[in-house]
Amino acid sequence: MRAIAEGLFTDETPPRLLGGRERATGRVVFPCPAGDSCDPVPLAREGRLWSYTVQRYRPKTPPYAGPEAFAPWIVAYVELSGEVIVEARLVGAEFDAVEIGMPVRLVPLALDPEAAEPLAIPAFAPIEGGRA
Amino acid sequence: MSDVCIIGIGIHPFGRTDGLSGVDQGVFAVRQALGDAGVDWSQVQFAYGSSDAAGNPDTMVDRLGLTGVQFINVRNGCAAGGSALFSAQMAIKSGEFELGLAVGFDKHPRGAFNALPSEYNLPDWYGEAGYMVTTQFFAAKIMRYMHMFGISHQTLARVAEKAFRNGAHAPHAWRRQPVPIGEILAAPLVSDPYTKYMFCSPAEGGVALVLASEKKARELGKPLVRLKAATMRTRPPHSFEVFAPSVDVVADDSAPRGTATRIASADAFRLAGIGPGDIDVAQLQDTEAGAEIMHMAENGFCADGDQERWLSEGRTEIGGALPVNTDGGCLACGEPIGASGLRQVYENVVQLRGDGGGRQVPGHRRGGPKTAYSHVYGAPGVSAVTILER
Repeated sequence: MRAIAEGLFTDETPPRLLGGRERATGRVVFPCPAGDSCDPVPLAREGRLWSYTVQRYRPKTPPYAGPEAFAPWIVAYVELSGEVIVEARLVGAEFDAVEIGMPVRLVPLALDPEAAEPLAIPAFAPIEGGRA
Repeated sequence: MSDVCIIGIGIHPFGRTDGLSGVDQGVFAVRQALGDAGVDWSQVQFAYGSSDAAGNPDTMVDRLGLTGVQFINVRNGCAAGGSALFSAQMAIKSGEFELGLAVGFDKHPRGAFNALPSEYNLPDWYGEAGYMVTTQFFAAKIMRYMHMFGISHQTLARVAEKAFRNGAHAPHAWRRQPVPIGEILAAPLVSDPYTKYMFCSPAEGGVALVLASEKKARELGKPLVRLKAATMRTRPPHSFEVFAPSVDVVADDSAPRGTATRIASADAFRLAGIGPGDIDVAQLQDTEAGAEIMHMAENGFCADGDQERWLSEGRTEIGGALPVNTDGGCLACGEPIGASGLRQVYENVVQLRGDGGGRQVPGHRRGGPKTAYSHVYGAPGVSAVTILER
């Protein structure tokens, strides 16, 4: 599956997210900005849920490019220890079972699985048997 | 240095006014403010106007009169109105001018704000993936805050319930029908943990304030409502803001992070030479119920987590120790971006004059409020604060 944008994921299987490490400060950001202020840096696959909400209505199009038929989804902020907190989807969890602190792992997700050429966006899923 | 005084206020009711443009509503507010101040448009030496989505404020000169007045447009996210006021008071403080105007208006389409990534220096995919949605940020911020400081859903609902109850007494408010707390909690979720009653809606409205030097205010024989501080600040490092694809990790994440609000607030108190305990009435940005909760602490009025007790004890009610959002705030008035920050100051002047009617706060030892505080917050991490004194 092709990524929704260049430079978001590493080329390996399974992929990792690509952040940017600021040359001047060492601060890690996501995504890696264009230009030469940052060096690309692969980020940890696993982290813990830092915060979240459920998107209950379809965002306006444009810019939203998800499927026309809308089902609510979880917006997560995931802390990758010692690196950065990234915004991504959280999949594979019941809305009322989500807990801040729960361990999660990167699983790229098709923005629109029905599209002729689905595009991958960053997403995480709870780690089975993981403990918050 | 002499103080800047607010000598005239005007407002076009917030909500939805079909057939009236944003500029129309701004002009309405300006005429009312000039009438309140007892001055003519021709006496106005300068104006700062704020609008986010309803056109250029300076176009209103063809309606108010082509006097050649200096008129500067301000766009600064949700802090636009606060920024216009900040700029206006600086023009008088500099000694260059004696009488001027801050005006703000807006008119947004129905539904959520529709921002584009390119306006915020973000890549297009971020919007395509569905993240250019302000409600997500507000919800994720309060979700973590509730987890850290034990804030309950009940407390969020209390904020919304108070807003509509206060709004019922404000002629300029949009939603003036009280809503029972059970209905607020049981309403459909918009972005968890918020139900539809816990978010404000984009709206329309206009506000104008006439400002004068203290000398000019005395000449005109106006009661002195002094603008003791007006600050506008941007975000510090490591803050969590609207439209953030990533947030910095910090060594100790158990304490609240720095925000633009904390800086703007601390600066305003320093300038005014008073502290949070000296404030008699406050208007705090309540884009959603949790924002009022978090902003109570960010502006220094209570410790993080104390809001549970404050709300259950009614401390932020009209008759409480610190009445907050006495006109129902954004929850009851809606959010016309360019006008919101000025609405808060309008409401504070109404309160300081004792003209609040059913929503009038009894104030400092029941002699009426002497000090009033206002605070706005917006994307991408901007905040503006004012402190008024009479």
